[in-house]
Amino acid sequence: MTALLDIRDLDLCLKARPSVRLLRRVSLAVNAGHIVGLVGESGAGKTMVGRVVLGIAPGNARVTGSVVFDGRDITHLSESDRRHLLGREIAFIPQNPMTALNPVERIEPQMTDVLRMHLGMTRDAAHGRALEMLREVRLREPEKVLRQYPHELSGGMRQRVLLAIAFACKPKLVIADEPTTALDVTIQKQILRLIKELQRISGTAILFITHDLGVVAKLCDHVAVMHGGRVLESETAAQLFARPAHDYTRALFAATPRFDRPGGLLQAIPAALTQRLADEARELDSSRRRDGE
Amino acid sequence: MSPLGVWRNPRVAFGMLVVLALTIAAAGAPWLSPHDPLEQDLLNSFQAPAWSGADAAHVLGTDSLGRDTLSRLIFGARAALIVAFVAALFAGLLGTILGLAAGYFGGRLDAVISRLVDVWMSFPSVLLCIVLAAVLGAGLHTVVIAIIVIDWTRFCRVVRSEVIVQNSHDYVASAMTIGLSSWRVLISEILPNVAPLLLTLFTLEMGIAIVVEAILSYVGLSVSSGVPTWGGIIQEGRLYVNQAWWLMALPMACIVMAVLGLNALGDGLREAFDPVESR
Repeated sequence: MTALLDIRDLDLCLKARPSVRLLRRVSLAVNAGHIVGLVGESGAGKTMVGRVVLGIAPGNARVTGSVVFDGRDITHLSESDRRHLLGREIAFIPQNPMTALNPVERIEPQMTDVLRMHLGMTRDAAHGRALEMLREVRLREPEKVLRQYPHELSGGMRQRVLLAIAFACKPKLVIADEPTTALDVTIQKQILRLIKELQRISGTAILFITHDLGVVAKLCDHVAVMHGGRVLESETAAQLFARPAHDYTRALFAATPRFDRPGGLLQAIPAALTQRLADEARELDSSRRRDGE
Repeated sequence: MSPLGVWRNPRVAFGMLVVLALTIAAAGAPWLSPHDPLEQDLLNSFQAPAWSGADAAHVLGTDSLGRDTLSRLIFGARAALIVAFVAALFAGLLGTILGLAAGYFGGRLDAVISRLVDVWMSFPSVLLCIVLAAVLGAGLHTVVIAIIVIDWTRFCRVVRSEVIVQNSHDYVASAMTIGLSSWRVLISEILPNVAPLLLTLFTLEMGIAIVVEAILSYVGLSVSSGVPTWGGIIQEGRLYVNQAWWLMALPMACIVMAVLGLNALGDGLREAFDPVESR
């Protein structure tokens, strides 16, 4: 089976300083209907992978490698082609629900824009569908919510609105960039359950970017571990949690705080390991330079 | 912030009062003024204001040609307000368009526009006004054009930096990722978020324009003396300041009040619209 999203040898460096590499030969596949977790520390490059797929990588970055979505290379799409793809086939759930909605616009146009643009709905049809969507994400009083401004909603409510927008056109792929990080723990749990449910109903594949291993364990079919712009290990979730192959993955598991074993010290990632990983990355970069890449 | 909340801000209330008074004076000048502002009455020249016990026919006295000061001040408000509004509007339009483009599209366009602003701002502005007026000839239209040409940079710089701030918010990325075009994101997502700032800038700019208009009228680069302007009245009054102090003091008071009002309105609006300060 060919993957829905196939990222091959993705490199990303700064145009002005090509020696600064943010992604190093990242390869990753997401099968249709699967949830793939992309885990790593801050600065590992996981958000950048999502941005490249969405085509909103920063303008001062140079991208090489290939991103194939549904049999089509989307690494360097024109803006008009990308606009047809985004929102319709690939959707995005941003990290911070507090800033992800336009503060001076009511909820209704923000939800119906995507429906009217991609599905050609009339204003009335889009209104009805928006109500339905809000019910699907378990928001009470959807009529009222549509008339409200973002600041009148709580963080959890806003994230539900954003989920509704992301799943509005039944996309094939949703990229979720730490969708629960900015929420408190009880809300996190509800949002995760909702994502899982929406995913099951629509059969959408999700690239789930997070640093929370607990979330990955609950949600994902497949996991890729990133560090320093590299994918260190990519395995099925069951395999990865049972038998982590890479030293870094093991160190990451050891660093997870355990509430079932209180009293223990928090484990840090050993400095020797991060040093070794940095050396490896440097070695990789210089060998590629020698090869004339 | 409720829509009513804005008016509760004392600065906004004071500013709106001044703007209202100016607007009424400007719009109703022919009906409000007790005399024809151009009518000369040489027998009654240099009449003191009515409160010093002089003839009550001229509430604020008369000038060297016996023209009624109050009527001239009311008609002066007309010139001041027209210049301030039109100049601020077009300076705002030009500066906003360039600022939006520079902030949103960045890169080379931003570099070109920003350098242009830097170079532009390094010219002494009043001098530039005078040169422009000399080239275009005297008249209200010259004053308006001079202000637009000089002051678009204020809007451009502020709008550019605000667009850069807004651009970093997630809602812009979200709008991009539902497939909206760059133009649509700029016009329907970012612009409404910059709008409160524009209102503030516009109000402050009107105050500045009133001062510039007075300066240019004072140096005789505005309209002919047939049309009364505050700056023109000051200039004429300067010659007789020892005999008739009110000829300089009253138009100055008008200018100060108008600018104070507009600045208070601008500051008040900024406070009212700033979510951090209004808390």
